[in-house]
Amino acid sequence: MKHTLQQVFHSGKFVIGFVIFVALMLIVIIYPLIITDAPLTIIAQGTFFKPGIYVNVYDSMNAPKYTLLLEDADAKRIASRLTPEDRQAMKEWLIAIGIPDNAIDIEDTAQLLGLWETHFDPKMQIAGMTNAKRNYYIRLNTSLEGLLATEGAIIAAKNADTGALEEKGNVGQSEFVNVTQVANVRVLPLGTDNFGRDVLTQLVTATRVSLQIGFIAGLIATLVGLTLGLLAGYVGGWVDDIIMFVTNLFTVIPGFVLLILISFSIGQERRGATTVAVVIGFTSWVWTTRAVRAQVISLRNRDHVNLSKLSGHSLVHIILNDILPYIASYVVMAMILQISSGILAEAGLSILGLGPRTTDVPTLGLMMNWAMIYQAHVLGKWWAYLPVLITIALITFSMNLMNTGLDQVFNPALRD
Amino acid sequence: MAEEKQVCLSGKGLTKVFGFGRQRTLAVDHVDFSFYEGEIVSIVGESGSGKTTLAKMLLGLINPTEGEIAFQGQVRDISSQKKRKEYWKNIQAIFQDPFSSYNIFNKIDAVLLDCIHMRGGRNLPHEKKVELMTEACGFVNLKFAELTNKYPFELSGGQMQRLMIARIFLLKPKVLLADEPTSMIDACSRATILDMLMDLRREIGMTLIFITHDIGLAYFVSDSVYIMEHGKIVEHGSADEVILNPKEVYTRRLINDVPKIYEEWDLSTV
Repeated sequence: MKHTLQQVFHSGKFVIGFVIFVALMLIVIIYPLIITDAPLTIIAQGTFFKPGIYVNVYDSMNAPKYTLLLEDADAKRIASRLTPEDRQAMKEWLIAIGIPDNAIDIEDTAQLLGLWETHFDPKMQIAGMTNAKRNYYIRLNTSLEGLLATEGAIIAAKNADTGALEEKGNVGQSEFVNVTQVANVRVLPLGTDNFGRDVLTQLVTATRVSLQIGFIAGLIATLVGLTLGLLAGYVGGWVDDIIMFVTNLFTVIPGFVLLILISFSIGQERRGATTVAVVIGFTSWVWTTRAVRAQVISLRNRDHVNLSKLSGHSLVHIILNDILPYIASYVVMAMILQISSGILAEAGLSILGLGPRTTDVPTLGLMMNWAMIYQAHVLGKWWAYLPVLITIALITFSMNLMNTGLDQVFNPALRD
Repeated sequence: MAEEKQVCLSGKGLTKVFGFGRQRTLAVDHVDFSFYEGEIVSIVGESGSGKTTLAKMLLGLINPTEGEIAFQGQVRDISSQKKRKEYWKNIQAIFQDPFSSYNIFNKIDAVLLDCIHMRGGRNLPHEKKVELMTEACGFVNLKFAELTNKYPFELSGGQMQRLMIARIFLLKPKVLLADEPTSMIDACSRATILDMLMDLRREIGMTLIFITHDIGLAYFVSDSVYIMEHGKIVEHGSADEVILNPKEVYTRRLINDVPKIYEEWDLSTV
């Protein structure tokens, strides 16, 4: 036993798979201890906030101020203010008054601003320009002048009694706050989703739930498959005939179609994560049965089984002691594959809208379903679906890697 | 002389067919035999002649397609697990390959304890069980104290086969079927194992059915010999009769195939 474990951990493939899997498990266990938010609470008003650090504006006014004199502060500020549309509009105006096209680079903020300051005249009449367009240019110019002004901004509050504005403070252009001293800062490493929920918190819970679904489905599929396979293979005769008839029946009906039909007939409200796991488990035992049966048939005529029979052992004793230990490693490998295919099956079902009901817990499949319904992939909101895809890929990849590693240990013919 | 002996195990029209249709093979074809109590019988034939299939049918590990087997004058009934267990108290076997005869997950103690339990010794005190196991191991020149808590695969092939004999020593069956017990063992251990089998037979007084392809060995050990070819028994009789005076061509061929030390092989006939 100890020797086998040593061998297993000498297999590079198994170790890599195992490390990835354990890392995922650790994140799933530790993350909820640190961030205790419920995964489905809606925290954002609006959809698909970008990943980043969110600093409370109101609290930052009350945080201690520090003056940092940074050279490129102005340029950065203006660059961040000027949208690509604004830059394009400025270029159009400059071309209209006769500046050659190749002299204007809209990416170079300093040059663009220099040209703008020397040439812009709000009173100038340009042929073919609508009044609205001219007003837009005037507004743009004013806001640029405001940015370049050095006074900063005044913070005012409305007096509750008189209704008049009273000055509360002044924010200068070179004033900074330390993020750690602002009372409310929320890090959203993966932004928010379409409902305004923290994607990372949701992802961690979803990974946990999906792994649970995978384990339950894999366990059920393996247990059912193992029992039927052992009976069919060892007992043989009409028991084998009946079991193989049922197994062939299930093989002919595509498993996923069956899964869809069963999930649909259960109904959205009664479809919890566990129910879905059980349904997946009871529709995917077929190939385990066939594989176990084949293994048992090759074992049942071995001399050690005959010897056990001659020692007067019962059928159950022989199956448990003389057959099962010989195929145990194979069954473990089959179970790992069943777990990873269970996770994939749940994702497949959920993306069709037949997964667990949406009000309890997130699953990896549900997160993808939501991202798809709210068109995250069309809008380019990658943080809503890409991390989910990567997680699913990592889970199945690590499990298949462990499986290949185990296969090499237990099947010497595959060793390289 | 045959009148004095009791028939121990006999078969009538025993047939085993594997597969059906095109793949139908007749492994054992309407075989009749009677083995007498206390005698050593050899069943000789080349590979694929149906010896092992016949042995498995005698052991009740596979059911004959046709025909019946009688044990001590009564038609054998092994339809339930209880009856099978009762039958297996009387008939035991030693298999050809000692390396595959043991469950690699069970310790040696478990193998021997099974035999004690089968003889109804389940409730014996532990010391008594150890005593029995030590005695059995001593019979085959093994030391139980050294074997305890070891796995069968830690022993050599010869030791494993001796342990198999120790098992029979504990079980004391009326019939022992030895299916080529020495073919996987090196020549030195072979003689030891055969000696032990003979000792054991004398000790327990059981019928020994020897299945072998080695006609020399059969002549050396047995009282009567059955020759099998393609599932049929082509010749049988006392060892002297069959081997010194073979009537069948096949028997003569088997005898000629025995290598002789001072004779060069004539490979042209092969």
